[in-house]
Amino acid sequence: MSVRQSLLAILNQGPCYGYQLRAEFDRRTGSTWPLNVGQIYNTLDRLERDGLVQKADIDADGQNYVEITDAGRTEVAEWLGSPVVRTMATRDELAIKLAIAVTLPGVDIAQVIQVQRTATMRTLQELTRTKNATADPESAEQLAWLLVVDSLIFAAEAEARWLDHSEHRLARARAAGLAKPLPLNTAVPKRGRPAKTVQASA
Amino acid sequence: MTGSDLLLQLDGVSMQYGRGETAITALAGVDLSVRRGELVAVMGASGSGKSTLLTLAGGLTPPTAGEVVVEGHWLSQLSARELATLRRRSLGFVFQDFNLIPSLTALENVSLPLELDGWTSKKAHRPALDALNIVELGDRAQHFPSDLSGGQQQRVAIARAVVGGRSLILADEPTGALDSTTGELVLRRLRSRVDAGAGGILVTHDARHAAWADRIVFLRDGRIVDESQASAVSSLLSGLPA
Ligand SMILES: Nc1ncnc2c1ncn2[C@@H]1O[C@H](COP(=O)(O)OP(=O)(O)O)[C@@H](O)[C@H]1O
Ligand SMILES: [Mg+2]
Repeated sequence: MSVRQSLLAILNQGPCYGYQLRAEFDRRTGSTWPLNVGQIYNTLDRLERDGLVQKADIDADGQNYVEITDAGRTEVAEWLGSPVVRTMATRDELAIKLAIAVTLPGVDIAQVIQVQRTATMRTLQELTRTKNATADPESAEQLAWLLVVDSLIFAAEAEARWLDHSEHRLARARAAGLAKPLPLNTAVPKRGRPAKTVQASA
Repeated sequence: MTGSDLLLQLDGVSMQYGRGETAITALAGVDLSVRRGELVAVMGASGSGKSTLLTLAGGLTPPTAGEVVVEGHWLSQLSARELATLRRRSLGFVFQDFNLIPSLTALENVSLPLELDGWTSKKAHRPALDALNIVELGDRAQHFPSDLSGGQQQRVAIARAVVGGRSLILADEPTGALDSTTGELVLRRLRSRVDAGAGGILVTHDARHAAWADRIVFLRDGRIVDESQASAVSSLLSGLPA
């Protein structure tokens, strides 16, 4: 997760205490991703457990400093040197929703797509307006903010294009007799959990 | 907001091409208005009626039903001459296929609407050159359309639509032939023109360009099926850090 590695990369610049780390993260991400102090301390606990950071000095004001270990430095270098890979876990909620909706009877998919398109375009409008109200960045903090805004703009644009594409694909699939609802398949779930077994919810 | 803010009103507008069994309903009962200072984007699949909507809004063809009102004038009540005058003075049209006159230079193409309106060509050249400069084509003023790239021709067409301060700009895919930086330039200029008191309709496929609009209407099969209006304050982001 990138919060963990981001904090580690900041600690690679020198020892920090919790509040300080939050402020550093905040200004380096243009305040686009607010973290609370609890998240910071939880993350630091896990980093310490994994041997990537260790406790350092306590200063005159009683601030507990944390410093990076050699293993932590290695981890930072690996993080910076490797791509962010979208895994199954980050698979898009919207893609799943649409895929499921197509298999359900009585769902107007064109309408599902349009509802999403309107929301996506509204997001894109807001981001564009926010960005256009901005002059060229005049500080490192503003540059960080702009980088994040641009990434949100491109993500929203990609989503809008994917919706157009899906609409065309579904229209063609429907014309070909595909894209029909899938009724429940009563024959299959032999290997499922027997109904009698009472399980505590996970 | 006062009534005079209203630059364009489409009131229950429908358009049918042809008659009888082969008739095509391109627009079916569309209501849409554009105010001063407002840029409205129109999005929709190919064939959904976007170009037809612009054609009717620009008074190029009358609708088969409904009423088009431009700056308070009911187009159906105007004589052909009055309509032509209104179009020349108030409307700037960017056609999907540019519609430049091949035997005229870029500058002459852009001057033409002013000259048709009675300006001498000498007087018209100054604002025409200004308009070409706005789309960064001042150095191509003496070129003929055949000597210009598709994107450059498109920018000449845009200059022709905005020359002389017309109040309603109707643009059909005006960024289709432009690379993304030039497209952004054109959008920026269109936006500032609108912010200065004009109004505009922008037909586009490009989500990032449509996002410059205050409102986006979505057309499907000749009907407006939805609308997106940007809120003034982003719910997603705090503003620029100090
Ligand atoms: N001059 C015309 N004669 C007959 N049909 C037309 C004419 N212009 C457009 N159409 C039809 O009207 C519908 C809408 O077309 P148009 O407004 O060009 O859509 P868009 O610009 O969204 O692609 C389409 O089905 C198109 O074939
Ligand atoms: Mg069209």
